[in-house]
Amino acid sequence: MSTHSVSRITVSLAVARKDLAIEWNSKILVNQVAPFSAIVMVLFAFALDNEGILQRVAPGLVWLATLFSMLVVIQRTFAVESADGALDALRVAGIDPSAIFFGKAIALMVQLFALELLLVATAVVLYGVEMSALGFLEVLVTLATATIGLGFVGTIYGGLASAVRGRETLLPLLLLPVVAPVLIGATRATEAAFESGGAKVSEGWPWISLLLMFAVIFGVVGSVAFGPLIDE
Amino acid sequence: MEHASFIIGSWVLTAVSVVVYAVFIVKRGRSLSQNASREEFPWT
Amino acid sequence: MQLDKTSPSGTGTPATRTLGVLVIASLIALSLFGLVFSAEDVVQGSTVRIMYVHVPSIWVAYMAFAFTAISSAVYLTAKNRSLGWDRFAGASAEIGVLFVAISLVTGSLWGRLTWGTYWVWDARLTSTAFLFITYIGYLAVRRLGGTHRQRARRSGVLALLAVLEIPLVHFSVRVWRSLHQEASVADKGTDVELDGLMLFSLFFGLVAFTLLFVWLVIHRQRTLWLEDAYADKGLDAAIVARREEAGV
Repeated sequence: MSTHSVSRITVSLAVARKDLAIEWNSKILVNQVAPFSAIVMVLFAFALDNEGILQRVAPGLVWLATLFSMLVVIQRTFAVESADGALDALRVAGIDPSAIFFGKAIALMVQLFALELLLVATAVVLYGVEMSALGFLEVLVTLATATIGLGFVGTIYGGLASAVRGRETLLPLLLLPVVAPVLIGATRATEAAFESGGAKVSEGWPWISLLLMFAVIFGVVGSVAFGPLIDE
Repeated sequence: MEHASFIIGSWVLTAVSVVVYAVFIVKRGRSLSQNASREEFPWT
Repeated sequence: MQLDKTSPSGTGTPATRTLGVLVIASLIALSLFGLVFSAEDVVQGSTVRIMYVHVPSIWVAYMAFAFTAISSAVYLTAKNRSLGWDRFAGASAEIGVLFVAISLVTGSLWGRLTWGTYWVWDARLTSTAFLFITYIGYLAVRRLGGTHRQRARRSGVLALLAVLEIPLVHFSVRVWRSLHQEASVADKGTDVELDGLMLFSLFFGLVAFTLLFVWLVIHRQRTLWLEDAYADKGLDAAIVARREEAGV
């Protein structure tokens, strides 16, 4: 009866802490994923080769780089689980799958948020993006809401794709169509925050509500759907 | 008929894809049903 | 049940054969109505003839994906968890992907003639493209391997997630931008003015393609049953061989 006395939140946080501890020890995010996303930003600059255009499309590039990096991070977090059947062990131990879902999602969100901050900083340095104080606040809110949504969907589809080893190529095909609303919403909100292309900061808030809606929907759905997806 | 190539093309493309798919299903059904006895089929 | 020994067909029965004849006859009739009997549109001229394959194709695709979702929901909720529903879901999704592809291609040919461009980034086109990619992913998940039950549960959940995803994508692309002409039958006063025979041809096309869908889905579901049975037999044979090896 011990599983009933421990609350779901405690379990979620324990799972999240475990994932982040693994990440802290391996430093994959810092040593591999972050440099990868930085080089993507540099390559975008080479491909577009025009400072005016770069400044205009910087928000979209930040979010594209986020999505590509996210694929790597998700594959990593689930490779850790499926490599030695750790996910099965958690399930056999009678842990509520929705607690595992929220735990893994939280860990993913923390990593993504750090990555996104880095990408925004790169855009400021490399692409000459400027923002007002209110714009900066809007960027932070956009990052937070988009990250919550991405963390939830990423965990749902990551869990599904990890069910069978050696099929990691499936993740982008499943995940990228689903996160299109996040790309649209987050890009538009960030454009408003950067005031690129003559956008105003106030125009960004409706897009943030789209991101928030996305996050809520997939949080609810994921907590229900994750169990059947990982249950073998 | 103007733009005949586009119009006929659309129709031919639709017809060809449907026929190819239908033939694929039927042929696959026939070859696979060699492995099972007909009494087992839920539909016979 | 009576065996039909006159035909070598694996998945056919007298009922599906009758349906098949009906489908072929109605598709031939549709070609006559669509390409010969029906008039040209006042505005679009003869290009409107693409409509008689384009609209029924996307109709079949929507119907197929809806059927996939319903079958998946039935599989996941029914007490007996009959794999038949899972096979219906898979068969239907495959047919849906085929018809989405057809409607995307015929639609872009039609668009080239009426809008002057193969593709426009409007909400309906973009979400149709997403529909296509999403169900390609669904079919890939079905081929992941594992037991039939694992496949059924995974793909069942995925099919229900797709039901959620598509409206979200559609909504977000619509607020992103929109140009597509409104569906012309429901809304008078847009590009296409359908006279009696054109309207008849269009609805006849919907009926003919619906019959085609039913024929296809029945046969595909049966071949999927055969594939599953074949896989099970292979497994049984392997277990028997293993037992003999072990001397049990």
